Amino acid sequence: MSPETTAAQAAHRPPKGPACRSLSDLDPGVRARLCHHSEHPVPTRLRDLGFVPDTTLMVLRQAPLGDPLEVEIRGYRVCLRRADIAALCVVPVAQ
Amino acid sequence: MSASAALSDPIETLHIALVGSPNSGKTTLFNALTGSRAKVGNYPGVTVERREGEVRDVAVPIRLLDLPGTYSLDPETPDEEVVREVLAGERANEPVPDALVVVIDGTTLARGLGLVAQVLQARRPTAIVVTMIDEVRARGGRLDLGKLSRILGVPVMGVVGHRGVGVADVRGLLERARRWATPAEPPPVDDHEARFAWVDRVAADVGGFSPARDKRTDRIDRVLLHPLGGIPIFAGVMVLLFQSIFSWAVPAMDWIDGAFGALGGLSRSVLPAGLLTDLWVDGVLAGVGSVLVFLPQIVIVFTLIHLLEDVGYMARAAFVVDRVMGWVGLQGRCFVALLSSYACAIPGIMAARAVASPRDRLATILIAPFMTCSARLPVYTLLIAAFVPAERVLGPLGLQGLVMLGLYLMGALTALGSAALLKSTLLRGKVATFYLELPPYRIPTARLLFTQVWRSSRSFIKRAGTLIVVASIILWALLSFPRIPVDASLSQGAQAQAQLQASAAARIGHALEPVIEPLGFDWKIGVGLLASLAAREVMVATLAQIYAVGDADNFEGLRHALANDRDPQTGERSFTLASALALLVFFVFALQCMSTVVVMARETGSWRWPALAFGYMLALAYGGSFVTYRLATAFL
Ligand SMILES: [Zn+2]
Repeated sequence: MSPETTAAQAAHRPPKGPACRSLSDLDPGVRARLCHHSEHPVPTRLRDLGFVPDTTLMVLRQAPLGDPLEVEIRGYRVCLRRADIAALCVVPVAQ
Repeated sequence: MSASAALSDPIETLHIALVGSPNSGKTTLFNALTGSRAKVGNYPGVTVERREGEVRDVAVPIRLLDLPGTYSLDPETPDEEVVREVLAGERANEPVPDALVVVIDGTTLARGLGLVAQVLQARRPTAIVVTMIDEVRARGGRLDLGKLSRILGVPVMGVVGHRGVGVADVRGLLERARRWATPAEPPPVDDHEARFAWVDRVAADVGGFSPARDKRTDRIDRVLLHPLGGIPIFAGVMVLLFQSIFSWAVPAMDWIDGAFGALGGLSRSVLPAGLLTDLWVDGVLAGVGSVLVFLPQIVIVFTLIHLLEDVGYMARAAFVVDRVMGWVGLQGRCFVALLSSYACAIPGIMAARAVASPRDRLATILIAPFMTCSARLPVYTLLIAAFVPAERVLGPLGLQGLVMLGLYLMGALTALGSAALLKSTLLRGKVATFYLELPPYRIPTARLLFTQVWRSSRSFIKRAGTLIVVASIILWALLSFPRIPVDASLSQGAQAQAQLQASAAARIGHALEPVIEPLGFDWKIGVGLLASLAAREVMVATLAQIYAVGDADNFEGLRHALANDRDPQTGERSFTLASALALLVFFVFALQCMSTVVVMARETGSWRWPALAFGYMLALAYGGSFVTYRLATAFL
């Protein structure tokens, strides 16, 4: 992603809404949509896995010790640590 | 076939590379195509495994390169960097592949398509193989592979990797590789948002989002990963694992033990008495038998570990313990490598390749030898059986089993402590993004399980047949020479004792005594410790040889001989519970395994790290044994 597009996107970002929260704070079983407020830069690894804005996802469960979380996104599941996904901003969507 | 092709060489060999994410079924497909006969090596300069094989049953010679698993061509790990370099033709001495096959998992199509988009960008002849199509169908999904092929503009084929269905068609596909189309217009990749918008469109078009979740896996996970029940279940699995090692193996061990004892007796009665017969019975048979008797335990360890891996629980275990691993700066994936080290540090060190972060990987390699490998089992089993009373304490748990569990825990905790130390000093740095997949639960085929267990156990048997035989013969010579004249006034036993005391090994052992005496060890243990630097299980073979002099041809006899051995001068027991505990602690810590040292050097690319590990572990072993001996003498 070139610096210009990042800057352009930042300029077009809608303001953070009241429903916005960090993915790491999302309750299991609640469907949510990744919004455009995620703190930059989102780690390349997460973007490669498909964590890009406007994607819907759901936290399926947390590990018995509270971390990591199992997340369902794009029809597959992946386990990620809270610390790694804390920067991602999501909005719960009506089921 | 390959030989004749090389001789005449009418057609040039096709070089095809397999690209795919870890768990995509890529390696299963590779094995099915090449008949598991891969040439395994390393890419020069990096510690990344290179696997290449000749495709079987095809009309043209095809060399298939199984590239390391990767999620993307924006590399984050050394493995992924190699994939990028090979595809870009930037790796020296590595021909640019003539064609590429992207292997993607049909049940996680959207993620696979992200990689497909990047590979198509290379504008090489490309084909897609979609695995797990049976799984997609079983979950009610409908993948239109023909449509996927039309959209991508490249050939697409489905396989059921586990059963070999569709592999013959893939062979036909590979033969035609020169005629594969290059896509006219590759998908967008530069911007992740554009890339995944494309992925979503394609996946929706071909029905890639339809498969429902695997209901059976969901139901099992609700129990095994339960917020409250998950940890007791994990602990239960681990306790069961270790208890079974100690109790289930006993009948088979008794049988092997008896067989070697009988073989020794038979040899003595058939062969003429003399040095050569002594060499055969006391050297080779006693040495090899004392190690092979532990084969049942090793088979059980490998079977359980492979079973947990194949069923799908190993990934769950990594999920459950990731947080604990995080406390010491590691991650759940390191746990899988460390658990493999329970069988042997070598597969554990190799399994560390799956750890994405180079620093975490190095830490895992350095602490893997602390995990209780199967080579320690012979020593633990013998000393526990000889010195720990066989009492029941907690229901089905015996005191011996508990001591065993304690030794395992001690190794594991030391490993974690050392990891924390390493990660806060030598290997300090940013933690890499952690990701882990929980595969669907599967019932493994007996054949696959058998093959894996056989492959793993084979190296143990091979070691017993080579390294242990050589070590046993050298030891026998050291214990039997120089000869002293036969004194007619002495009994046979006393004569043997006198010969042992005069042996070269006794002299070496006595020379070591000032160093090991503070740990409660006598010269016999000293000889064993020195010999066990080659491999831990040689300790038992050595003791078997030393005590074979006093007529202990088998495990039972050796156990008795150890427990009842008395100093000929003072009449005191030469081996007490305190010195046995000290010896156990020594084995928990010390890096007595040349094979591990060599593999460590190969995997880290330098002798610096194995040297550090060896010194660190030896210091811990000496200090730990000293403290244990002092405390045990004072309180027991
Ligand atoms: Zn937001």
